[in-house]
Amino acid sequence: MNPLFELRGVSMRYDGIVALNVAELDFPLGQFVSVVGPNGAGKSTLLGIMAGLRPEYEGHCRFAGNEVKRWPRRRLAQAVSFVPQTLRVEFPFTAEQVVMMGRTPFGDGLFETPADHEALERALEFTDTVAFRHRDFRSLSGGERQRVVLASALAQDPQALLLDEPTAFLDVKHQLAVQRVLRQLCARGILVVAATHDLNLAAAFCDRVVVLHRGGVAADAAPAEALRAEVIRSVFEVEAILHAEAGKRPWIRYDA
Amino acid sequence: MQRRANARGFGMTPEPAAARRLGRTVAWGALAAIAALALLPLIGSTSIDYGSALRGVSPDKEILFSFRLPRVLLAMVVGGGLAVSGVLFQALVRDALADPYVLGVAGGAALGAVLAIVFGWTGVGGFSGVWLSASAGAGAVLLLVLAIASHGRRMSSFTLLLAGITMNSVCAAVLLFLHNLVDFQQSFAVLRWLMGGIEPNTYSTIGWLALVVLSAVGFVFWRARQWNLLAVGEEWATARGLSATRLMVTGFIAGSLITGSVTAVTGPIGFIGLIVPHALRLRLGADHRLLIPGAFLAGAVFLAVCDTVARTALAPSEVPVGVITALLGGPFFIWLLRSKKRSLWL
Repeated sequence: MNPLFELRGVSMRYDGIVALNVAELDFPLGQFVSVVGPNGAGKSTLLGIMAGLRPEYEGHCRFAGNEVKRWPRRRLAQAVSFVPQTLRVEFPFTAEQVVMMGRTPFGDGLFETPADHEALERALEFTDTVAFRHRDFRSLSGGERQRVVLASALAQDPQALLLDEPTAFLDVKHQLAVQRVLRQLCARGILVVAATHDLNLAAAFCDRVVVLHRGGVAADAAPAEALRAEVIRSVFEVEAILHAEAGKRPWIRYDA
Repeated sequence: MQRRANARGFGMTPEPAAARRLGRTVAWGALAAIAALALLPLIGSTSIDYGSALRGVSPDKEILFSFRLPRVLLAMVVGGGLAVSGVLFQALVRDALADPYVLGVAGGAALGAVLAIVFGWTGVGGFSGVWLSASAGAGAVLLLVLAIASHGRRMSSFTLLLAGITMNSVCAAVLLFLHNLVDFQQSFAVLRWLMGGIEPNTYSTIGWLALVVLSAVGFVFWRARQWNLLAVGEEWATARGLSATRLMVTGFIAGSLITGSVTAVTGPIGFIGLIVPHALRLRLGADHRLLIPGAFLAGAVFLAVCDTVARTALAPSEVPVGVITALLGGPFFIWLLRSKKRSLWL
């Protein structure tokens, strides 16, 4: 079976500066992939291209066999959802309304259908956001907001869930909670691709880590392989040791 | 298990619930609008009653049908239109401080109208020159303000407001300049565009205006769910399958058309689009499916009441209603500004 996402020679420039230049990258269904790399390595650009938000890319980025920028926007949104790093909202939308917006690709009507409401309830329960569904989104804590945004992406019933640093502003407990939710989604056969700065979270929870460096792929393998000391040294310019014991989650110790 | 059953039960009845909420909003608004339409014409320096007016007794009949009723009707169409364009502009620029007046759009429309008057452009193909020119002026100023404010990647409300207020001043200055160029009779007509007012108008003008405003409002309402996503963010809307650019362009055209048409008849009336949507959001939340019809009806009642104050407060002389709305809206705007000061300077 073909991979869900197939990238071949994808590049992207901002004002002539190369932000991304990926020769080859595949993402099959049911994988949990972390994309790591220093600031400006191209993580957000990569996710933006895959989510159809940056159609000005060059090369080939195919989703389910068709070029992402040729997909009708709405059809793509029925299969691919995107979670931004932060969401600043000006108006008093409730958490539930924010989640329900994920159902937009599935209907034209003025009101949501019963199927939309079922998807809403599923998404709220899955992310444990039922308790504050009627609260103003702006009044929620950072962790609660992030779970609501995640719920909105899940309400889209995606085959692929793309997240831009989903746990950047969360405390440890909520970081772990989000990772567990993402793991469960993979177990259901969804492709999850998450950009992150936290190498330990990537090492502990993911099936596979893609290391980006200056727009290119520096490593792409299982965590223990991709996050070797040499890779971390050359890409992140820090000394680190990856501890991997059979049957246990690998972890990384930095030498300050 | 229990939870799941509840979820499913909820899934069976949601549409009536959402529709009921809309129905309630519209019913209350319509009730207020009908009450305003029935009662406000009775208020004034000469007391009249419906009985004699309907029997054709003079002067009750003339006062009701030639002066007060058309004035209340016009105020309602204008107030409703301005409130809806306020809601729309706020969603489009994601800023609760935006409205047709603050963004300079009303000023641009007034200038467009005056240009048509001064240069004697009567229009093309049955469309009035003042109306076309006012709509074009509204659109042109809006484009300019957005171009100035969106310099750089993100639009800040600070530059947006400054650009809008600057454009308002510039339009008023050009208007005053033109005022000095024209003869006495025209100069009176030009000054009227500095501050808007509701004047008794022919039923056919009111009817045409109502037709344009109501079709634009209807179009905007039909897209209500999509404005919700755009009000959160362009990327947010794009990631959910909407074409954000196309949506924004249609929104700006609809908003300019409403503001331009209304201003072509009344001149610039400020702050309706700011006060009404803000008050409604406190009650109805941010869902545009409720906000748009709610704003139309509440804006209609609000301006009709303001105009009744304007024509009775200093009777027998009349204040332009724009003076009343500015006196109410100015302090309100400053209060809004203060309550969001922290985010304004970002």
